[in-house]
Amino acid sequence: MYVAVKGGERAIDAAHAWLAEERRGDPAVPELTVAQIREQMTLAVNRVMAEGSLYDPDLAALAIKQARGDLIEAVFLIRAYRTTLPRFGQSRPVDTAAMAVDRRISATFKDLPGGQVLGPTFDYTHRLLDFALAAEGAPPPAPKAPVRDEPVPHVTALLDRDGLIEDQPTDDTPAPDLTRQPLELPASRALRLQALARADEGFALSLAYSTQRGYGRTHAFVGELRIGRVAVEVDLPELGFAVEIGEIELTECDTVNQFKGSKTEPPQFTRGYGLVMGQSERKAISMSLVDRALRWHELGEDFTGAPAQDEEFVLSHCDNIQATGFLEHIKLPHYVDFQAELELVRRIRREATQIREAAE
Amino acid sequence: MSTPSHPETAARRDWISALAKARPERLAALMPDLPAHEMLRAPEIGTIMVQGRISGTGAPFNLGEMTVTRCSVQLAGGAVGHACVQGRDKAHATRAAIADALMQTDIAPRIEAEVLTPLRAEAASTRATRSAKAAATRVEFFTMLRGEDA
Repeated sequence: MYVAVKGGERAIDAAHAWLAEERRGDPAVPELTVAQIREQMTLAVNRVMAEGSLYDPDLAALAIKQARGDLIEAVFLIRAYRTTLPRFGQSRPVDTAAMAVDRRISATFKDLPGGQVLGPTFDYTHRLLDFALAAEGAPPPAPKAPVRDEPVPHVTALLDRDGLIEDQPTDDTPAPDLTRQPLELPASRALRLQALARADEGFALSLAYSTQRGYGRTHAFVGELRIGRVAVEVDLPELGFAVEIGEIELTECDTVNQFKGSKTEPPQFTRGYGLVMGQSERKAISMSLVDRALRWHELGEDFTGAPAQDEEFVLSHCDNIQATGFLEHIKLPHYVDFQAELELVRRIRREATQIREAAE
Repeated sequence: MSTPSHPETAARRDWISALAKARPERLAALMPDLPAHEMLRAPEIGTIMVQGRISGTGAPFNLGEMTVTRCSVQLAGGAVGHACVQGRDKAHATRAAIADALMQTDIAPRIEAEVLTPLRAEAASTRATRSAKAAATRVEFFTMLRGEDA
């Protein structure tokens, strides 16, 4: 029950003034600029863009500053801002095979056209704190090497040629949109992927990990992981043709999974798919594992009751803004609800005491 | 709508794209003075829903939105220019629309030489630098000497 209550304005104003001061921290330490956050806290910016579902590094950096580094609060700010903008249209589906790759690796094939390109990765670092970073200084320039002018095809296309892997033929079924229509179950795979692309990274990671540990096991290998820039092409009605209006950084993961075959499908490898805004490979791999686990029905597998197989469970709980909104609302005044509960408990106790006294 | 095959349309598509992808401050430096123009559609910030395809090739799905700014202008001579640029910079969208209009006038060769050529060269250089750094991280596998080969 909700009842309008007045009062507290002065306290709220004072709280927000103090918040602003705490956000700034010690004034003797130079203030962070939005550009510094954008350039040097890039992966936090990427996470806020992915889960805020809005690609705009400057806005994400501003949100991180405003939220004092609380990334879910920053995602909340981005989601709120997004609702104020008109939507002009949709892009053509991005062509990830034409991505300008910074990183491209495969855990299934060693030698492949385009090669294994490590890119700016944390992999193979020793995870030892680097105290040199505590001092300021420019890093030495990264080495360069001659570029081989060759295409970097999707790895799964190699297996696809032999029919050993599930084919994913192009079709142009219009994509359903979670932000325009309420979620209805069962959801199409396209709708599930939209929900997972903006899902909380921690939730996606835990679910994906649970499938590896046996809760809806799918035996995934990373067929391919790529990070890089793709062009965004939009049909502009005033021109009557499509134009590349910008470039965005994406992380794509295609997992390859064992599949015994079913009544209708021969034994072959199946696939899970992850695509995330920015450089975010933990999220992209998690997304593809969860995508694959959710496909049990389509592929004629058994439902083992694992959380990652349960579409309603996954889709209803993966959004951290919905989750935090409902979770945190319980700290707001519930005085009247609680008063009612209190009355109820008192009455039950009174009745229980009377019954006991009557029995004695 | 389809990808243009007409050469003039293809050329316009390319310059609109180069202007849209330019860094706003760079475009401003290359085009400091703007000719007289009338706003047909004042710069407006909005979003485009970016789509991907399932497994890169299948049915489309909505990945998330990106911010864009669009603008349409008409020059005193009558030429109409359009822009839709990534981000939220209204001056960028205005300049890009004016440049698109100017490219349809007699001074197109000047805009081509002074604005588009440098923008394209810089974009190519940025891309080449990233590709060269990526190429340096490409793994060159070698096989250790195996016992039976010795």
